Amino acid sequence: MQPKTSPEVGGMGHSMKRKEDPRFIRGKGNYVDDISLPGMLWMDIVRSPFAHAKIKSINVEKALKIPGVLAVITGETLAKYNLHWMPTLMSDTQMVLPTEKVMYQAQEVAAVIATSRYTAADGVDAVEVDYEPLPVVVDPFKALQPGAPVLRTDKKDKKDNRIFHWETGDKSGTEKAFAEADVTVKQDLYIPRIHVASIETCGCVADFDRVNGKLTVYMTTQAPHAIRTVFALVAGHVGLSEERIRIISPDIGGGFGGKVPVYPGYVIAVAASVVIGKPVKWIEDRMENLQADSFARDYHITAELAAKKDGTITALRMKTIADHGYTDAAANPSKFPAGLFSICTGSYDVKKAFVEVDGVYTNKPPGGIAYRCSFRVTEAVHAIERITDVLAQQLKMDPAQLRMKNFIPKEKFPYQSALGWEYDSGDYGRALQLAMDKIGYQALRKEQAEKRARGELMGIGISSFTEILGAGPSKHFDILGIKMFDSCELRVHPTGKAIARFGTKSQGQGHETTYAQIIAEELGIPASAVQVEEGDTDTAPYGLGTYASRSTPTAGAAGAIAARKVREKARKIAAHLLEVSEADLVWETGKFSVRGAPQRSKTIQECAFAAYTNNPPGMEPGLEAVDYYDPPNLTFPFGSYICVVDIDRGTGMVRIRRFVAVDDCGNIINPMIVDGQIHGGLTMGMAPALLEEISYDENGNIQGGSFMDYLVPTSMESPAWETEKTVTPSPHHPLGAKGVGESATVGAPPAIANAVVDALAHLGVKHIDIPITPERVWRILKEKGVAE
Amino acid sequence: MATHDIKLTVNGTAHEAQVESRLLLVHLLRDQLRLTGTHIGCDTTHCGACTVLLDGQPVKSCTVLAVQADGRQVSTVEGLEKDGKLHPLQEGFWEKHGLQCGYCTPGMLMTTCALLSRNKNPSEAEIREAISGNLCRCTGYVNIVKAVQYAAEKSR
Amino acid sequence: MIPASFDYHAPGSLPEALALLTKYGDEAKVLSGGQSLLPLLKLRLGQAAHLVDIGRIPGLEYIREEGGFLRLGGRTRESALERSEIIRARYPILFDTAKVIADPLVRNMATVGGNLAHGDPGNDHPATMLALGAEVVATGPKGERVIPVDQFFLGLFRTALRHDEVLTEIRIPVPPARSGGAYVKLERKVGDYATAAAAAQVTLDGKGAIEKVGLGLTNLGPTPIKPVDAEKALAGKRPDPATLADASARAAKATSPNADRRGAVDYKREMARVLMGRALKIAVERAGGR
Repeated sequence: MQPKTSPEVGGMGHSMKRKEDPRFIRGKGNYVDDISLPGMLWMDIVRSPFAHAKIKSINVEKALKIPGVLAVITGETLAKYNLHWMPTLMSDTQMVLPTEKVMYQAQEVAAVIATSRYTAADGVDAVEVDYEPLPVVVDPFKALQPGAPVLRTDKKDKKDNRIFHWETGDKSGTEKAFAEADVTVKQDLYIPRIHVASIETCGCVADFDRVNGKLTVYMTTQAPHAIRTVFALVAGHVGLSEERIRIISPDIGGGFGGKVPVYPGYVIAVAASVVIGKPVKWIEDRMENLQADSFARDYHITAELAAKKDGTITALRMKTIADHGYTDAAANPSKFPAGLFSICTGSYDVKKAFVEVDGVYTNKPPGGIAYRCSFRVTEAVHAIERITDVLAQQLKMDPAQLRMKNFIPKEKFPYQSALGWEYDSGDYGRALQLAMDKIGYQALRKEQAEKRARGELMGIGISSFTEILGAGPSKHFDILGIKMFDSCELRVHPTGKAIARFGTKSQGQGHETTYAQIIAEELGIPASAVQVEEGDTDTAPYGLGTYASRSTPTAGAAGAIAARKVREKARKIAAHLLEVSEADLVWETGKFSVRGAPQRSKTIQECAFAAYTNNPPGMEPGLEAVDYYDPPNLTFPFGSYICVVDIDRGTGMVRIRRFVAVDDCGNIINPMIVDGQIHGGLTMGMAPALLEEISYDENGNIQGGSFMDYLVPTSMESPAWETEKTVTPSPHHPLGAKGVGESATVGAPPAIANAVVDALAHLGVKHIDIPITPERVWRILKEKGVAE
Repeated sequence: MATHDIKLTVNGTAHEAQVESRLLLVHLLRDQLRLTGTHIGCDTTHCGACTVLLDGQPVKSCTVLAVQADGRQVSTVEGLEKDGKLHPLQEGFWEKHGLQCGYCTPGMLMTTCALLSRNKNPSEAEIREAISGNLCRCTGYVNIVKAVQYAAEKSR
Repeated sequence: MIPASFDYHAPGSLPEALALLTKYGDEAKVLSGGQSLLPLLKLRLGQAAHLVDIGRIPGLEYIREEGGFLRLGGRTRESALERSEIIRARYPILFDTAKVIADPLVRNMATVGGNLAHGDPGNDHPATMLALGAEVVATGPKGERVIPVDQFFLGLFRTALRHDEVLTEIRIPVPPARSGGAYVKLERKVGDYATAAAAAQVTLDGKGAIEKVGLGLTNLGPTPIKPVDAEKALAGKRPDPATLADASARAAKATSPNADRRGAVDYKREMARVLMGRALKIAVERAGGR
């Protein structure tokens, strides 16, 4: 797609260098732990070694004797202010600090406030807690059995461990379709817990100014305004009022969904600062981050497809047990306790579908993070792409062919899915064909046949996914009641430069550049002259933040609309300056000219200057606009990924030989940034497919709670990804753009899983759960008698 | 002794500091010298966000005591730019979109700075091997490789 | 990630260091590269009231062949091994080993002496030193002791090194002509400890039979393992596939791995067999065998 603007203007389609980079390459980023305020104290947290235990006593004497330890805060302290429990973003409740019992290993039990980082750590070591262990429930199936210990004893009327039951679709119609099908397939899949593990952990500096009664919190948060409102609601009764709360999200070292929840550490630091009247810094270390912060995935799915014998899929059914840990602290839109899982009909024209999800409490930290997956889309796509391959295997049909046969045809868009979504646009066959051509699919199948004859194991896996992004339309989407619009406030200065503030918050996605490019596209002001700001709730317009790939679909749209509003005012100014009517003016990027007399024109910069010096009579001076954008629909990027693997028959090690990713995210703002998102997403999608897993033993002890055992890919495990694009614009988005940050994390795991299963399919293997570790593969090889 | 007076040179500037024995070099740099470009990303010596050069060799400054740096030269990301001119690696990371959130970037820059001083024309495999002690969650490493190749070419 | 308080000493000479170790007894620990010790202290596992840093003592870092031995100073850095011409050309097994220890950054600080003295069966050099028939020089207040490496590893985190000794040198007999060695490591990702790893060092006679062989296994028991039965089964035999396979199976039987996140017991045992087979094959090839 050719850009419409010149490189100097830098509108859409230009791979312009990022405007935010100068500070990062110099080590002058401003991350939360870089912040140092006068008189600042440090906070460190005492954590439970037990997954479920009564707290019999907390002895802080030794800790308080350490010079420099000023205070130890416990649940009792917070209970005085009724701050020991607080609501979660899903309207459940969570402990800030416990008064009776702990419910997950590494849960916060007390907080030490000290004059230095090192002293706070010594203080934590010196706090003595006496626990009485209680029975631990880590298996969600056992948690649902009658007679299982009821975990949420704080909920007086709760008699079981079920959080919610959610279902959607046509239950009886689907049953009927299954009964009438030529072929049905069924597969259980488990998608284990994983953790976002951004390189920067979470933390804050809470600074309560006693004189002005104002709380400022520098915080690793992806959603500063939502946090501000939550603090005002939760702590209003102790005098925190929303106009005197300022949340500043400075530079964030990766979010990926992990920096959306309100972690107890933030609340305790705020309470400490309010009580002591000094700034309090809390930065979690990596093990705390991996063990106590919220998690993603942990879905036990039973997936079924019904089909005709020619491969036409007629129905889909999925049943899921969702392990949420001890509280539902997920950040799903409130009407969607299972997120957007109902995208699980995927890229296929499935006429009948029924899906049900049951959320369960267990003794684990909260799950349900939208980890680079737009609310459970990774789970949905993994399930549909795996079960589609299971069907292909059953029918002895090539998996590419089966997909082509069932893709929603291009002409059917906008498409009403059987589970209630209106997909905006798509051209699935084209993307898959491009992927197949680029990787040389037919030649690979031939090679595979030859290798198989020699006993060598090689596999080809496909994933043709449809994503669902941009939450979301106010009709259906809210978090704690706050609608999921987003916003842009754009102001043009007299000299024709601009500042644009947004309600989202980049954690590396390049908004300072891409939003400027949107403004440049619409107004012709060079992107280099548009200053973009996010993250300070005192100045940015209200928004719901950045996660679930929602920024381009919502705030990006708001930016475009705000720019168009500015343009419309500028048109009036131009008409005034040129002494013509508005209808006589033609706009081309950056200037208005008179129809038929193009030499008579006014640039946007001239209009801006006139807005302050020579505005038309009756018109307000200035040149600015605000837009709060309520998207009419979500957007549906899509793609096809093909992965080639070779398996070492001695060790079971899977090596990705090649991986081609064809992505379609609609119109592209900055191709280089889009590619960067895809590369990163592919590595983050490969990780759970082959390496990453958090699990718990039967006593609730975490396995994989440090980087020793939580295996984040290095440059050696991560392949040289090959990327391609198709462009199918979104018909409803002002820029035709769809968003892309999470597509690769969604599409990659099933491509890899499908490749490994494909490598072993001739041995009768139908499915392997992720992570596909060498041992897991080796066990299959051994069982099938083909281990080296 | 539990506290020590140490002298070290950081980015060419001499510093004196009084430190506890247990003070980690990364905390000396960040908290006392206020050079916050070097970052902390883990607690088990895995992530490499804290990479600095110690007498020219890239090391994880979270696993070096400040006292071990007494009398030695430390180079951090803040020292890469000279008289307002970016180091070719800084240029490369900018040109080739080798960073997204920027948190692992200082560590990547210091590691690859040492690589290029040893190897003027590293292959992709050599670059990937050299940065295998530096974790990145954003970029998938592809553009980091390109950034280093750009810098290598620019430096030749 | 913050260690508990300790006292730090940076002696400028070996006698000074030994005096400190004698004075503080088991309250003192030697700080060499620190890449095993400091991570433990940061997690507050393992106590040390006194750290004795031997990093200021001159003359402990060297790689040289002398008097029929390859002599490595105890504080020789892993990265120095990787970059040494002697090691790359003449001791590929050591190059193989150094290259897979942790990651390149850790290797700029980590020392060979530390890798042995820590007594961690997960460290990589022990198996290679067993295969090479190395000796360790322990220097104490009363002088030097030479300890054959197969008598050095006593148990989990326990070596024959006394509290008042520093590991100052590792001596490896220079292999004769027609020798070759290899170290093969299976790890879940770069930087990990071994799921299993195997070291093999062979010397072939004029007719191509195995004249001498040394083997070692990493992270498959409480100490690094020298599979003597496997070595015996190879001595004097031609290194044909069946012989190597038999030896590899015997090597696996000598292991007693723990089940953990790196693998179940049966998997690790099998990997010992597979990796030993691969190490032997490469060692034989490097020795000039078929």
